[in-house]
Amino acid sequence: MLSIKVGAAAAPPAVLAGMPRLRWGWAGAGLLALAASCGVGVLVGPVHIGVGTVVQTLVGGAVDPGQANILWSLRFPRVVLGVLVGGTLAIAGAAYQGVFRNPLADPYLLGAAAGANLGATLAIAFAPGTSVLGVNVVPLAAFVGAGAAVSGAYALGRSVTGLRSATGLILAGVAIAAFFNSIQSYVQQTQTSSIRQVYSWILGRLVTAGWDDVLLILPYVLLSVVAIYLHRRLLDALTLGEDEVTSLGIPVRRVRLIVVVAATLGTAAVVAVGGTIAFVGIIVPHTIRLLVGRSYRVVIPLSVLFGAAFLVLADAAARTVVAPAELPIGVITAFLGAPFFIAVMRSTRAAAL
Amino acid sequence: MSDIVLAGVSVAYDGEPVVRDLDLTIASGEWLSLIGPNGAGKTTILRAIARLVSFQGEIRIGGRAVTELSSRDVARTVAVLVQEPQMPAGMTVAQYVLLGRAPHLGYLGKESSRDRRIVRDVVRRLTLEELASRPLDRLSGGERQRAAIARALAQQAPVLLIDEPTSSLDVGRQQSVLELIDQLRKEQELTVIAAMHELTLAGQYADRLALLVGGRLAAVGSAAEVLTEPAIAEHYRAQVKVIQMNGSGTAVVPVRN
Repeated sequence: MLSIKVGAAAAPPAVLAGMPRLRWGWAGAGLLALAASCGVGVLVGPVHIGVGTVVQTLVGGAVDPGQANILWSLRFPRVVLGVLVGGTLAIAGAAYQGVFRNPLADPYLLGAAAGANLGATLAIAFAPGTSVLGVNVVPLAAFVGAGAAVSGAYALGRSVTGLRSATGLILAGVAIAAFFNSIQSYVQQTQTSSIRQVYSWILGRLVTAGWDDVLLILPYVLLSVVAIYLHRRLLDALTLGEDEVTSLGIPVRRVRLIVVVAATLGTAAVVAVGGTIAFVGIIVPHTIRLLVGRSYRVVIPLSVLFGAAFLVLADAAARTVVAPAELPIGVITAFLGAPFFIAVMRSTRAAAL
Repeated sequence: MSDIVLAGVSVAYDGEPVVRDLDLTIASGEWLSLIGPNGAGKTTILRAIARLVSFQGEIRIGGRAVTELSSRDVARTVAVLVQEPQMPAGMTVAQYVLLGRAPHLGYLGKESSRDRRIVRDVVRRLTLEELASRPLDRLSGGERQRAAIARALAQQAPVLLIDEPTSSLDVGRQQSVLELIDQLRKEQELTVIAAMHELTLAGQYADRLALLVGGRLAAVGSAAEVLTEPAIAEHYRAQVKVIQMNGSGTAVVPVRN
């Protein structure tokens, strides 16, 4: 048992144990993991490029133009995209779990994935290779689809239960997702020529990654991550009962709305360029809860760091395991993630769940 | 000043009246216990005072109508201890008590060192230091109740509303929780309104009792005035014997014929 000395009058005020705070050790570990996985992500590939060359390239030193080109136009943007996608999925998952008080909530809960899949499928099947204002139409269609699905779920949930209960919103999301999925399946089955492409999109990939994709999603991702981060204290308060949070003067509905909109915006953006990448939004926040603690002041920032690191590593694996072909990244996240998560659950005996 | 005035207060849930045209005045620093059979509207009155439910009529605290206050101002004036506080698994006692500072922070604000000092003092006052870093789900029933009181106290609100503070506690813990609340009331000059089932205890700790029946006020007054055999027989449909104990309040004892 922990004991605290109640200091003598002259002693400086003792810091109370048990206060929520992010320990530097864990923040450092997260940054280190992210740096290490980015290193792996940059170094792994069909063409061998040494650490020295990478460093030279970054600081603007003289390097072989071919290698510099590979780094700047292929590997760097891909790693950066992995960071954005992984970090966003993990923080959005944590945010949804907090708002809906449901440990199984993931970023796709309100239909973002189903909407993105439908949008992308329509674009691939009926408008392959087109672009709008210089941007490939597939991510745009996916973004629009995700936004439409979640807005639909929100409007439906609101009309039914007036947002008093999170359950109404979740059920609306389930209904909308099923509806969108059925249309998506129909299009996919009838447009056989594009079925392979559609399938690979749905399983998630960072293949086409270039700076364009990074720039396309960066504003949404930043907005989403910053907004959720600022609400971390309020997410802790939401774990209390409805009357209790309200009696603390916290505008519960406004908090829920802002966090859901922020998480959805980020999810729609990353799903548009990465497809639906399973499991990151669930496994990363829960692993942090099990290993570090449940306060959102800890879970939110660490989810970004470890989610980003995890996805960059998974992407490195996805493009090396069956090189020169690539595995869908969703296959790797689940294949590596599930056993790891089970091991964490077993070792901590899931006491915190 | 934190005197509370309810004037013509009515509350309905989905059109169903629960509290009807209630007039009640509670003096600053007073302890009023709300008693009455199940469904009499005790909890609803507490919820109305804390503005957790909309109501008709007027409720004024310290002369100000609660409907004119911001929700943060209400939370700085009224702290609520619900009947079954939700204790999130894995949250530490210190973290839980810190949530009580929420009304004093901006929307996205962060606790200052002053907030943390207040939390530390409250935790010490309730002798919870040893448990400060323990998760709520590993506390006993009495410890949980103390943690909940600490959270309410951290709000530094002059009015404390308590819904059934002693349900699910054994008789010893019931006494110690009520003694604690009474001490805190005197130290911090709190106005206390408590909904209570246990009539003897309700009378022993309160300055006055208000007996509610079907959302209306059936009687208000001292324990000796309100706790009478005919009144309890009529409103609770209970056979009781009421015993005046010298200097120790009014005992209500169920009897069996």
